[in-house]
Amino acid sequence: MRDRSFAPSRALIYLVVTLFAAAYLAPLVVVVLNSLRTNEEIAQSSMIGWPQHWAFGNYAMAWSGFCVAETCAGIRPYMLNSALITIPATIFSTLLGAVAGYAVSLWRFRGDTWIYGIVTLGLFLPQQMRLLPWTIVLRDIGLINTLSGLVLIHTIQGLSFTVLFCRNYYVAIPHELIRAARIDGAGFFRIFWRIILPLSAPILIVTVIWQFTHIWNEFLYGVTFTTGQQQPVTAALIALSTPVADIPKQGVQSAAVIIAALPTLLIYLFGGRYFVRGLTAGAVK
Amino acid sequence: MTDIVSTAARPGRPATSEMVRRLPEFLMIWVPLLLSAAHLISFSIWTIWISFTPSTLVPVTGWVGLRNYNSVLASRNWQIAFDNLLLFGTAFVLLSLTTGLLLAILLDQRIRGENVLRTIFLYPLAVSFVVTGTVWSWLLNPGIGIEKLAHDLGWTSFHFDWLVNRDMAIWTIVIAAIWQSSGFAMALFLAGLRSVDSDIIKAAQIDGAGPVRTYWRVILPTLWPITVTVIVVQLQFAISAFDLVRALTNGGPGIATQLPALVVYDLMFQRSQLGRGAAAAVLMLLILLAVLLPYAAWRYVRQRRAAHA
Repeated sequence: MRDRSFAPSRALIYLVVTLFAAAYLAPLVVVVLNSLRTNEEIAQSSMIGWPQHWAFGNYAMAWSGFCVAETCAGIRPYMLNSALITIPATIFSTLLGAVAGYAVSLWRFRGDTWIYGIVTLGLFLPQQMRLLPWTIVLRDIGLINTLSGLVLIHTIQGLSFTVLFCRNYYVAIPHELIRAARIDGAGFFRIFWRIILPLSAPILIVTVIWQFTHIWNEFLYGVTFTTGQQQPVTAALIALSTPVADIPKQGVQSAAVIIAALPTLLIYLFGGRYFVRGLTAGAVK
Repeated sequence: MTDIVSTAARPGRPATSEMVRRLPEFLMIWVPLLLSAAHLISFSIWTIWISFTPSTLVPVTGWVGLRNYNSVLASRNWQIAFDNLLLFGTAFVLLSLTTGLLLAILLDQRIRGENVLRTIFLYPLAVSFVVTGTVWSWLLNPGIGIEKLAHDLGWTSFHFDWLVNRDMAIWTIVIAAIWQSSGFAMALFLAGLRSVDSDIIKAAQIDGAGPVRTYWRVILPTLWPITVTVIVVQLQFAISAFDLVRALTNGGPGIATQLPALVVYDLMFQRSQLGRGAAAAVLMLLILLAVLLPYAAWRYVRQRRAAHA
């Protein structure tokens, strides 16, 4: 395989990977080009084409102008909602997951294996099994149709992943390190703060990227537990794509799609290595 | 291992103040873990319980046995959703597996630009299913997408109307799902290929095996544990697929691309049939368990064997 005897067919290899790369990139290219074409131009030809007149105004319109349902404030309020859900939920679930992962892997306590096992079952339990209970609980504690409600849900649900990631990372840390610190009189938090946290950068980056991407892209909870102005951007995109009186708006819609996808795409571009690590860590379980 | 409780009481200090001192760490450890574990167990039981009650608009007490299950299983909606799941699950898993394996093998040929290519094959995983579904709904829409483009270019006999064709619409979901997640299979397979012992490969080559034969006989057989993992993860996605379908076809045309997760949502929040919706959710869980339990058993056996070896 890692052998030059394959040489005659190398041209074929390059041809095939290039074709695949083109197919994977095509949807992105099409949407980016559409986001720069006027709605009328798209309506006259198709979604696939080169801009005749560069319509940069689509982005301004998508950001703060067009109407979703009855409100005409563009995608901005929903982007803000998504940020206000995603950022706190990512921070909370990562921090709590790191402490719990540290406790389960290095500190050990009665019942740790059991509770860890149950928590990781959350990786498999479908969201549909939790929809009704969450609806009832959120209503009872007054958090239905609020951003805080979604922060709460994503923090608790995210723990299954964050505890797993951190625990699997921390088990590789030598126990002697902890034992020595304890003999010196260091407590649970001091050891975490002084010894564990400085070693944690790689796994915290993986966890943060994973959580951010998942929560930002989440749709089912967003659409179930919030309505109107409280919805995250994924739900707003669906609301936006409902045709209103056959007025073509694919140019603006494309710009909205690009804006909505940008945060996670940028994170992927700049943190790709950690993104992939999270992907494989989440799969191997 | 050391136990947090037994080390808590150090000689010369009253145990209660020790407990108070250590309260923050108990809270930090136990509250999140207990909340997480408790919500998983209680919410599952809660949903299962609702599935046996005559709940419609609001949850009510009462016992109707398997009535909700029977009515879901007898409904046209669920039957179509289940058939679709079988077709979608099989086609999507097989195709994304083969695409991912092919890409991994190609990328493993020491080609130039591997990093760029890998980035391209994996980026769809970073965008939401809502975005993927929306974009593919444009591309596959015969009125504005690929078919329209072909017509505009003069190929007027070209037909690609799967999105609005009852018999073919489910394949549009397969296409979009493969585009979105075959990179995942590629990433895992590539990691597997990179960890194959190069001595085995050399030995095979010394024995005179060509590259194709080396792959087929020596390298690919080492990948089957990864293959099982990829299949299970992809099936898990297929079984609970919701966002992608919602954005791409919304179950249509008609109910031609209905899937279990859409049936659950429809029953719970559009038809206010909480009991039946919960029953459909439990059925989804059972389908998932039919995949996950054999997988867990397989992993358990493998780990035991590895421990004994």
